[in-house]
Amino acid sequence: MTPAVPAQAMTPERPAPPPPTVAQQPPLTAGTETPFKVEVQDLNVYFRANHAIRHVSLGVKPQTVLAVIGPSGCGKSTFIRALNRMHDLVPGARVEGKVFVDGKDLYARGIDPVLLRRRVGMVFQRPNPFPTMSIFENVAAGLTLNGIGGNHAEIVERCLRQAALWDEVKDRLKHAGTSLSGGQQQRLCIARALAVEPEVLLMDEPASALDPIATAKIEELIHELKEKYTIVIVTHSMQQAARVSDNTAFFYLGELIEMGQTAQIFTNPRERRTEDYVTGKFG
Amino acid sequence: MMLSASFTYRKVVDRGMAAVCAVCFVAAFVPLVSVLWLVISKGAAGLSWAFFTELPKPVGEEGGGIGNALLGTLYMVGLACLIGLPLGVGAGVYLAEKGEGTVGNTVRFMAEVLSGVPSIVIGIVAYALVVIPMGHFSAWAGGVALAILMIPTLARATEELVRLVPGSLREASLALGVPNWKTSLRVIIRTAMGGIVTACLLSVARAAGETAPLLFTALNNQYWNVNPGAPTASLTVAIYNYAISPYDDWHAKAWTASLVLLIVVGLLNIASRVLTRSRLKGAR
Repeated sequence: MTPAVPAQAMTPERPAPPPPTVAQQPPLTAGTETPFKVEVQDLNVYFRANHAIRHVSLGVKPQTVLAVIGPSGCGKSTFIRALNRMHDLVPGARVEGKVFVDGKDLYARGIDPVLLRRRVGMVFQRPNPFPTMSIFENVAAGLTLNGIGGNHAEIVERCLRQAALWDEVKDRLKHAGTSLSGGQQQRLCIARALAVEPEVLLMDEPASALDPIATAKIEELIHELKEKYTIVIVTHSMQQAARVSDNTAFFYLGELIEMGQTAQIFTNPRERRTEDYVTGKFG
Repeated sequence: MMLSASFTYRKVVDRGMAAVCAVCFVAAFVPLVSVLWLVISKGAAGLSWAFFTELPKPVGEEGGGIGNALLGTLYMVGLACLIGLPLGVGAGVYLAEKGEGTVGNTVRFMAEVLSGVPSIVIGIVAYALVVIPMGHFSAWAGGVALAILMIPTLARATEELVRLVPGSLREASLALGVPNWKTSLRVIIRTAMGGIVTACLLSVARAAGETAPLLFTALNNQYWNVNPGAPTASLTVAIYNYAISPYDDWHAKAWTASLVLLIVVGLLNIASRVLTRSRLKGAR
């Protein structure tokens, strides 16, 4: 299978030597200038005795899209949720290693996960608008709940436009957020995430509950959002990874097997397991 | 052959089960309707403005009302709400949000046991806790007894309602950088609020209909009373007193007072529906 790869995917990659697996690369020195917006060093996540993420290291450059692929249960979601400390509230979950955003370690002492999450937004697998809030209130939720002032009407309109939803909802902003269709709800959730002006956007299978048309809209949106944001997207669909991402990371059994330019991962993977997965031999 | 036989068999079973359900429905419905019918037919005649606003008159005198008992019930249920609603809802939220571990399990177990305690026992407890130290019957004692009655059921109901809120909403809020406590308060509890209001009103309605906890806590009072330290009349105790009296006039008053109590409880139920209606268009 050689899926079409968008031109954006051809941006120069970091000149990594080709070691057997990326996971064994020496971690980059902390605190020094790196070309990465998000950098993960030797990340381990445990759920009690279960070692769910094993020694993962990788970097994401600003204004690029990283797709995380792999079979079910390989730790994709666990990995992406570690990037804005969503595991903090899971009983029995433990995270080791370092995650840098703009050179600052999220898991260092004294880092406030609340402030961090405003810079690292997240869109979830299933659309989850707040059921007690209108469309308008849903988009403005991050502002009102955090007591952020400003012209909310303007911000809401801008975010809804960015999420390609404005024209569909501009006449019914006071209707319930849950009155929208699934695809619209997901774009509403994207608009809600954008309203607090994050720098990094994490998307955990954002299109898996959507039909092909709604999926196409979300993918189009990712292309546009890339100009402002750094995006990490978990996806089940290899076609989707190929369509939206610049780089692709393949996870298997909690390990990062291989990461590289999306075109390279799909056409010329270094690892046997990657090749088997992208050609559909398992997964 | 086999197939058609089993198809007929299924149809027969289906009809049979539907009939059983219909019989059960009627059996459950008959007492309900007869209660309503009896109370309305026997009580409606006595309804008048004076019945709501006047004090009871001595035996043999015409007229008079249960104004003091109606006020007393509202007053003591109000006191019970003041104590019981915050404690009950607060405990429920605690159980749902932080209720793992020994403390939570103990509280949950206690609430379950307490909600099964007969209300007359709660009346005795309030007698020992409030009436004996104060030295006399009072509205406070009645309010405390009703509050003790409300707290455990309300706590359990609130816990269930808060737990029903999908975890994905909490994640969505946290991912927006909203602190934990604000997420609990403005997203989780806000979402469960409709149900919590209903649970509160239903527990209020239940408290308004209780007699046993008031018998030896608030006792009764022939006059108007708004002093929380004094004995206070209530609808339920008034009904009890009228019903066990040997006078026909008072029997009629018991029926009318019962009707008033049904109306109060019915209004609370309607209020809970109106209050929890979503203000948003297209809300599901």
